[in-house]
Formats: sequence, structure tokens, C-alpha cells
Amino acid sequence: MFPSKFDYHRPSSVQEAVQILSDNPDAKVLAGGHSLIPVMKLRLATPSALIDIGRIDALKGISRANGSLRIGACVTYNEIANSGVVQDAAPLLAEAAGQIGDRQVRYRGTIGGNLSHADPASDLPAAALALGATLHVSGPNGSRSVSASEFFVDLMMTSLQADEILTEVEISAASAGTGSAYVKFEHPASGYALCGAAAVVTRGAGGSCTGASLCFNGVSATAVSANGVAASLVGSDLSDGAVESAVSNLSIPDAAGDMFASAGYRQELAKAIGAQALRTARDRA
Amino acid sequence: MGISIELEVNGASVSEEVEPRLLLAHLLREELGLTGTKIGCDTSQCGSCTILLDGQAVKSCTVLAVQADGSEITTIEGLANGEYHPMQQAFWDNHGLQCGFCTPGMIISCVDLLSTNPQPSEDEIRHGLEGNLCRCTGYHNIVRAVQTAAETMNG
Repeated sequence: MFPSKFDYHRPSSVQEAVQILSDNPDAKVLAGGHSLIPVMKLRLATPSALIDIGRIDALKGISRANGSLRIGACVTYNEIANSGVVQDAAPLLAEAAGQIGDRQVRYRGTIGGNLSHADPASDLPAAALALGATLHVSGPNGSRSVSASEFFVDLMMTSLQADEILTEVEISAASAGTGSAYVKFEHPASGYALCGAAAVVTRGAGGSCTGASLCFNGVSATAVSANGVAASLVGSDLSDGAVESAVSNLSIPDAAGDMFASAGYRQELAKAIGAQALRTARDRA
Repeated sequence: MGISIELEVNGASVSEEVEPRLLLAHLLREELGLTGTKIGCDTSQCGSCTILLDGQAVKSCTVLAVQADGSEITTIEGLANGEYHPMQQAFWDNHGLQCGFCTPGMIISCVDLLSTNPQPSEDEIRHGLEGNLCRCTGYHNIVRAVQTAAETMNG
């Protein structure tokens, strides 16, 4: 299988990439290509042009300054999973990235491509939501920032405009007393999440919970937040009983079924995996 | 519209004029005649088309040839250097194959695995090879081959 014909552009800067994108409304942005090329080979996508941003150095950095972790859009899953800086500042993201696909895929797939593609069964969207990530995007009128909670709009649809490119993901570095976990129940053949849970909890000096977030992949059309459930843990001792009690109230709106699992099954998975993620996050806090 | 690319494939310089939609797997097999690299599922899952791109194992059915411009590529044909690579020898000695179709990609992935984890546990080997499928289910001897190669290469 091979894709239909397209023009190929290889800009050397974000500005140049945005300009080409503005001039070619039917173009697609190519980063690692591990979501885009497969759908092009299946002719599910037939863009007239590809804009290869894979050689723009400005999109490849990982840095930490002033309590903020910044990851360029073209940083690969492998780099995120193995980066000491990411493991320290946002261990949840490193853990989730290390569970995507397989070794070969992790060498090529990028955080920017992943979030822009917005596959509901992918692993990074819930982690980005749970970490309260800020996404920096560039367009013809300059740059703007979008919170992860406003980024995922619907199935494989984001708030990126047609002429915008995601350039950087910014995450507040984990504070003392914070633990996190990403737990995935994956389809055994594809490795995609039937349900993935990203949990972050913070414990105060006395050990009680001072903050919590819980988000899911794979259950509905977008990654979703169950932060209402997580908030009910604040003030608790985060015991197994407290976690069970909080999660028993979990109900994900618009949970979706497909050939692999019914909506009801995914709801039950979310409770079980959500509890497991919260308990593991607690143990790491 | 042809695009000029230059690569180093198994140590030799290669210049080609390619269509943007040409996949790296097709460049290797059909333009360069390196048919050791197999195309199995053609959907980025089975790993038969795995090659080393700048030292990293990637699925060449999911990389455009133009993306590989300027890169160094090693295929199964480029592993041996006068004698078999220790991983090839270990697959031979342990009969790490049945039909052999997955073997080139499997060997390349195993070389990549040991380059980042020289002494993997059995569990790490099995997880490290999740991107390569053997439809004969010949995994036991493949794992043994990786363990043997690790001993040889660390010895």
C-alpha cells in the first residue's frame, strides 16, 4: 500500500511551516508520521501536501525552568519516556509515553503529533489533561496558548485551527508530596487503551490529600476528566476505602462502546483502573 | 515531482530521485534491491520491515523515503561484517525461526534492544520485541537467541 500523490514541503522554521500551511488549506503537518502515514496508506486521508516539521530544531527540545517543563512538539515518545528531566518533573507523562505502541513506534511518534491527532484510545491525552498541560500553538497571526481541557473537542478533533501548528507542551513541574500513575487496560492485539487512567494526587504534611486529578483515555470520544470524583478525595486519608468510595461514584458521560468493549464494560473498567491508578499515585506521593 | 535524497545504506552512499509518497521499505526493496527487509502487515504492526535508521529500529513501511534523507540506514544485509553479526549467529545456533519471514526485522529489533539494554531479562526481551510478530509463534527460541547473543556480545 502507498499513499496517493502529494507535494512535499520541508520548512526549516515554524514560521515557514505556518506560512505553507496557510497557503495550502488541504495540507497536513507531518511529524513522526506514525498516525498520519498509516491513514494515508489506507487512503482515509489524501492531503494534497505534507509539511514535514520533523527537522525543525526549535520543536525538539526538553527544558525545565522556573518550575515549568517545556517539551517541543517533535520530541518522540522514546525521548520523553527516557528523559531524566521529564521523569523528574512530570513522571506521569514519561510513564504514559513508555506504554505507547512498541519500541519502533516510540522512536518515531511525537508528543505534538499524538495530541494533535487526538485519538481517544491513545495514551498521552489523559496524561496531558491530568497534568493540566498548556499547549502552545502557532498560526499566521502569532502564537496562543490553549489548556489541555479546552484542546480536545471531539473524536480526533482539537481546537487547533486549520492553519495552526502545535509547537510546545508546557507542564508545571511536580511539587513535593505529589505522586502520579498511568494505568492502561489495553487491547492485547493493538495495544491501544480500552481504558487508560491517569491519576495525580498530592498529600499534605499530615498525609491527607490536598489535591487530586483523574482522567481517562479510551472510554469516550475524547480523553475525559473525572476531576469531580478526584476532588471528593481531597481531605481524605487516601486509604483504599476512601479511593473505592470515591471511584464508586464514577460515571463517564458519553462512554462509547465498539466491537472490542461495550460502553458499560468500559465504565466498569474505568472504576477498576481508576482506583488502581489512584492507589499507585498515592503510594508514590 | 521528484525529490533528491541522499542516504548511507549499509555503509554505501546512495543518491536517489524519489516521489514524495515512496515508502522507505519500497526504496530499499525495489530501488536498491535489498529484499531482506520484508513487508508483512504493511500497517505498522508486524515489524517485518524493521531497519535501523540512524541506529534506531523503525518500521520502514511507515517512514517516507524523503523523511530518511541524510540518514544512515542498516538493513539485515548490512549487519554481517565478514562473518555473521553475533545476533545472526545466535539466531542460527538457537534456531530462532520457523518460516523465517519475520527474522530480518526480528534480528534488527533484537540488535536495537541490546544496544539500549545489553543484559535484558527474559521479560524485558519479550516486552522489547512487542513490535515484532512471529506468526509461527516461534518466540521461545527467539528469546533464547537474544540471551545467547547478549552473552556473546558482553563476553
